[in-house]
Amino acid sequence: MDVDDKIIVKNLYKIFGPNPDKAMTLLGQGLEKTEIFERTGMTVGVNNANFTIRSGEIFVIMGLSGSGKSTIVRMLNRLIEPTAGEVIVDGRDVVRMSHDELLKFRLHSMSMVFQSFALMPHMTVLENAAFGLELAGIEADKRRTRAMEALAQVGLEGWEDSSPAQLSGGMQQRVGLARGLAVDPEILLMDEAFSALDPLIRTEMQDELLKLQEQDKRTIVFISHDLDEALRIGDRIAIMEGGRVVQVGTPEEILQNPADDYVRAFFRGVDPTNVISAGDIVRDTHPTLIKTKVGSLRAAQELLSNSEHDHLYVLDAKRRFLGVVSSDSLREAIAEHAKDNPIDLAFIKDARAINTADSMQDILPEVASRNWPIPVVDTDNHYRGVVSKNRFLKTLHRTEERLDEQQGEMNAA
Amino acid sequence: MIVIIGLIAWRASGVWLALFSVITMTLIGLLGLWQDSMTTLAMVLSSVIFCAIAGVPLGIIAGRSDRFEGFMRPVLDAMQTTPAFVYLVPIVMLFSVGNVAGVLATIIFAVPPIIRLTSLGIRQVHPELVEAAQAFGATDWQVLKRVQVPLAMPTILAGLNQTIMMALSMVVIAALIGAGGLGSPVILGLNTLDIGEAVIGGLSIVLMAIVLDRITQSMAKKR
Ligand SMILES: Nc1ncnc2c1ncn2[C@@H]1O[C@H](COP(=O)(O)OP(=O)(O)O)[C@@H](O)[C@H]1O
Ligand SMILES: [Mg+2]
Repeated sequence: MDVDDKIIVKNLYKIFGPNPDKAMTLLGQGLEKTEIFERTGMTVGVNNANFTIRSGEIFVIMGLSGSGKSTIVRMLNRLIEPTAGEVIVDGRDVVRMSHDELLKFRLHSMSMVFQSFALMPHMTVLENAAFGLELAGIEADKRRTRAMEALAQVGLEGWEDSSPAQLSGGMQQRVGLARGLAVDPEILLMDEAFSALDPLIRTEMQDELLKLQEQDKRTIVFISHDLDEALRIGDRIAIMEGGRVVQVGTPEEILQNPADDYVRAFFRGVDPTNVISAGDIVRDTHPTLIKTKVGSLRAAQELLSNSEHDHLYVLDAKRRFLGVVSSDSLREAIAEHAKDNPIDLAFIKDARAINTADSMQDILPEVASRNWPIPVVDTDNHYRGVVSKNRFLKTLHRTEERLDEQQGEMNAA
Repeated sequence: MIVIIGLIAWRASGVWLALFSVITMTLIGLLGLWQDSMTTLAMVLSSVIFCAIAGVPLGIIAGRSDRFEGFMRPVLDAMQTTPAFVYLVPIVMLFSVGNVAGVLATIIFAVPPIIRLTSLGIRQVHPELVEAAQAFGATDWQVLKRVQVPLAMPTILAGLNQTIMMALSMVVIAALIGAGGLGSPVILGLNTLDIGEAVIGGLSIVLMAIVLDRITQSMAKKR
C-alpha cells in the first residue's frame, strides 16, 4: 500500500433486497443489473467497485441518477452496510469494524455534507455547526469556539443565533459545510452537496471549497452528476454506470481516452481546451541555461549557436524560471554591452511564464501572440518546459478529430 | 384551585385564555359541581399522566420498529373500538367499583392516540436528518434524544391533547362504575329522569373539556 492511499475500495458490492446471496450468485454468472431486477426484484446498487482515493485529493464520483453514487459513498462510512467487499481507510477495514469502533471512526475521521443540507431545524446555526462536537462529548466552551471558527471559515459570522430556516439555500449549505469542518475530519464526504443550489451559488460554493482545500488539505469524496462541476473541482474522477465504476482517472485522461460510449456521452459537448491544461501538453524540448555568476551573454550565445532552437530559457540554481533570450535579443545586447555582462540584459521584455494548471483556453492568447514558445512553471515556479504554437495546434486538432469521430459513431448508432 | 388553573393557562397562552379558564371554572363552581369537577380533574390527570408515561415510550418503539408497529396497530384498534362496557365487567370484578376501576377503564380507552401519534411523529422525522446524525457518529440514544424526539414533539403533544379529550369522554362511563366526578350528576339525572341535573353535568364536562383542550393546544403551539 502506498502511503498516499487514503481510501482503498476493493470488490465492493451492495444488493438491495431480501436475498443478496442469490443476487450475488447471479452476478457471478454474468447477469446484468436489469436482468437481476426482472428475475428477483432485487436491485444491484453497487457492482464490484474498485478504486483508490489518495490523501489530499478531491475525488469526484460522477454518474447519472440511480447509478449508485449515493450508495457507494454511504458504504464508506457504513451508513449503508456493504453486501461484500472491503473499504480500507488508513489501513483499517471499515466493513469489519465493531459498532463502537465504527461510531468512533465516524466521530473523528469522516464527516459528511448532504444534498438536502440535513440541518436540524430545532437548533440554531451555531448548534448545528457544533453538532458533531456535541456528539463527541466536547465541552460547551470548546465546542462553541471551534464551531464559531468553522462558521467564520465559510463566511457565516454573525448568523450563529439564527435558525437554519431563516437562511438562503446557499447559506444553509455553508452551515452544512461548517458542521462538516468543525470536527476537523481528514475525510469529507459530499453527496451532491451543491446540486440543490442555483448555478451562480453553486459555482461560488465550488470556489469556496477549493479555497478551503488550499488552506487545509483534506481528502474529499465529492458526488456529482454534473460534469462541469466534476471538471472544475475534481483532481480525479470516477465514472459510474448502473452500479459499476467504469473509469477512474484525471479529467484529461478520461477526456483523451474515454473507456466506453457511456463515458464518451458524458464528455460530448465538452470543450477540450477547458479540460486540457498546460501541464498536460508541456514539453521540455528547448535549451535551458542555469544562471550562475558566470551566466553571461557570451555563454548564452555559445549555447544557442549550437542548438537548432532560437530561444533559450534561463533558470536559477533551483530551476526557477527567470527569463527568455533569443539569438536576436542576444545580438542586440552584445552590440550595446560587453560580452561578459550578465545575461539579464538580453531578456525579452514581455516574456512571462504560464502555470501548469492553466487550461488551454487560458493560455491561448499568450501562445498565439508571442513568437517564442511559452515557458511553463509549476506552483513552486519551477520550470517544466514550454508550450509551442505547433504543439498547441496539434493537440487541438487531435482532440477535435476524436470528438468528430465520436460524434459520427453516436449519430450512426 | 381556580387560581392555579388560571396561572397555568396564563403561562401556556396568555391573559385571554387565563381569563376564560377562570370564568369557566367559576361557572362550574356556581353550578354547584365544584366537588365533582375536582374529582374528575384528578381522575383525568392521573389517567393522562399514566398514559403519557406508558404511551410515549411505546410510541417511540413503534416509531422505530416496523415489527412492533405491526403488532401494536391491531391492539390499539381493538382498544379504541371495543365498547367500554366489555372491559368494564372484568375490571370491576378485579378492582371492584370505585376510582381505581374508573381510572383503569379511562386509561385503556385514552392511551391509543398518544401511542399512535408519538409513533407517527417519530416516523415523520426526515430520514436524512437521522442519517446526518448517524454520519457524525451519533448513538441510537443520541439520535432519539437530540433529533427524533425534539422534532416529533408537536405531534406527540397533539397526541397528548387527544388523549386528554378521550379521557374526559370516559367520565360518564367511569361514573357508572362508581368513580364519582362530573359523570355522577349525568347518571343520576338519567336514572331519575331529571333532565336539568343531567344537562348541568354534561355542560360542566364540556366546559372542562374546552378549558383543557385550549390549554394543551396552546402548549403544543408554543413549542
Ligand atoms: N434503500 C434502497 N432500497 C432499494 N433500492 C435502493 C435503495 N437505495 C438505493 N437503491 C437503488 O440503488 C440504485 C442506486 O441508487 P443511488 O446510490 O441512490 O444512486 P445515485 O445516488 O447515483 O442516484 C438505484 O437503482 C436505487 O433505486
Ligand atoms: Mg444520489
